[in-house]
Amino acid sequence: MKIQTNLAPSAKSLALHAGVVLLLLALNFLLPEYHRGIFARVLVLSVFAMGYNLAFGYTGLLSLGHAMFFAAGLYGAGLPIYHLGWNVWPAFGAGILAGGALALVVGFLALRTTGVAFMIVTLMFAQVFYLTTLYFTTYTRGEEGLVLPQAVRRLSLPDGPLDLSDPSTRYLVALSLFTVVLAAILFLVRAPYGRSLVAIRENEERMRMLGYDVFANKLAAVVLSGTFCAAAGAAYGVLFGYVGSGFASIQYSILPLLWVLVGGAATTLGPLIGTLFMFYVIDTASSYTTAHLLVVGLVLIGVILFFPKGIAGTVRERWLRWLP
Amino acid sequence: MASLTPLLITRDLCRSFGGLRAVDQVDFSLPEGETHAIIGPNGAGKTTFVSLICGRVAPTSGSVVFDGTDISRMPAHKRVRAGIAYTFQITSVFANLSAFDNVALAVQRRLIDDHERGLTSRALVEHGMDALHKVGLAALADKVAGNLSYGHQRLLEVAMGLALKPRLLILDEPTQGLSDSEIENFISLVRQIGEEATVLLIEHNMDVVMALAQRITVMEQGRVLAQGGPAEIRANPAVQQAYLGG
Repeated sequence: MKIQTNLAPSAKSLALHAGVVLLLLALNFLLPEYHRGIFARVLVLSVFAMGYNLAFGYTGLLSLGHAMFFAAGLYGAGLPIYHLGWNVWPAFGAGILAGGALALVVGFLALRTTGVAFMIVTLMFAQVFYLTTLYFTTYTRGEEGLVLPQAVRRLSLPDGPLDLSDPSTRYLVALSLFTVVLAAILFLVRAPYGRSLVAIRENEERMRMLGYDVFANKLAAVVLSGTFCAAAGAAYGVLFGYVGSGFASIQYSILPLLWVLVGGAATTLGPLIGTLFMFYVIDTASSYTTAHLLVVGLVLIGVILFFPKGIAGTVRERWLRWLP
Repeated sequence: MASLTPLLITRDLCRSFGGLRAVDQVDFSLPEGETHAIIGPNGAGKTTFVSLICGRVAPTSGSVVFDGTDISRMPAHKRVRAGIAYTFQITSVFANLSAFDNVALAVQRRLIDDHERGLTSRALVEHGMDALHKVGLAALADKVAGNLSYGHQRLLEVAMGLALKPRLLILDEPTQGLSDSEIENFISLVRQIGEEATVLLIEHNMDVVMALAQRITVMEQGRVLAQGGPAEIRANPAVQQAYLGG
């Protein structure tokens, strides 16, 4: 008997993921303008979903408050640009740091609870964050939000600045961020740390009695997850030029959960598939009827019936066992 | 022969659940290399007692000393890394993972601490398969643990304990639910383990206890009723009355 264990992704799965990235790259040149805009948005939001998936899918932490990490990135990058005239690079860094630091504090407190209590505690923290953005309306302009002018949305590079409001540049920057986070997650889930997260999800008490510090592992997962979500938020702000409290609201805590469930929890490509799928279902349905939410609901029921583990999750279970 | 200081000492160890004293002033010492059985009727406090040792339950009062260090306040995962492994009374394997991956999780944890060897795919396979070989599950390494027979799951549980290379292995009713032939194998397995590690065994099956234990502790209502070699215990009238059924 030959037992193999790879601490790195297999050649097959590397090829698949590289293929997906290349396909997305090609779409930049093939898609009509309108759809390229949607895809750029979907790429950034699927980074949000991938971050959420790390906590929810792999570690089994059902958080209802991840909007706060996305919004921490959004405000962490947007406020210094708007009020202090920062460049995009340091602002992007500030957004990521803000999200990571917030995740550390919230994780430290919320991980004292599990299950339903964890859901409620994360929801509460997110509400506090949301209300805080409204309280400081002087700086954030609340629901109305801040619009970052085109002039400041420039990424300075050695060869000269990139205009992030240009559709093609925006798409490629979104794809770059997506690729980096996808690769990070792909390697992470094969690595010993990723395996221990899955094992903690499956049987926490057993992991403790194998000598794992369960709390520290979970906290690290929340911080990583929050950091990825913050990166998505920061990128969203600078790429689309809008920073508003709506992104901190409960809706944006539920959406990544929905995207991940539809695409397939604890799969690397599920978040992209789920986000893309939901965007197009809503887009298509709302172009035909104002009752688009009814259609969305029916489609979701269909997905649950035929893809109980999400699209990528069910494909993995039925046909492609090697999918990461 | 056992070294001068015992590997494990408990002093005046107590644990109450509400008004119930599950473990009551237990003084206990376990020399290195011994295979020791704890017996007693249901509810005698055996599982609570070993849970205090491995850190799953915090003591109400008293202390646990392992290898000369007071570990009474040490969290469970650190005790495991100090060399105390516990196998669950109710089988607790990772049902969705293969048998090998179950053991690999234990090996991985140990290799992370082993800075000399470090964590590599090769070391993981080598040590993981080694543990599966010891319990005779090597041929089933790639099978999903949840689909293994109950007896095999119990063996997998022991393999996970062995993969930690513990100094003290605590087996909580390991033969519960096993067939007679499986029990035979189990006895010889524990004998082998006993050559390398100190074993603390909770067991109801008296044949297993008599075959394996060098010394036996009898517990009743949270207290130590008697302690001694198998022959002494068999001859002890108090034990006969309380447990062996006269």
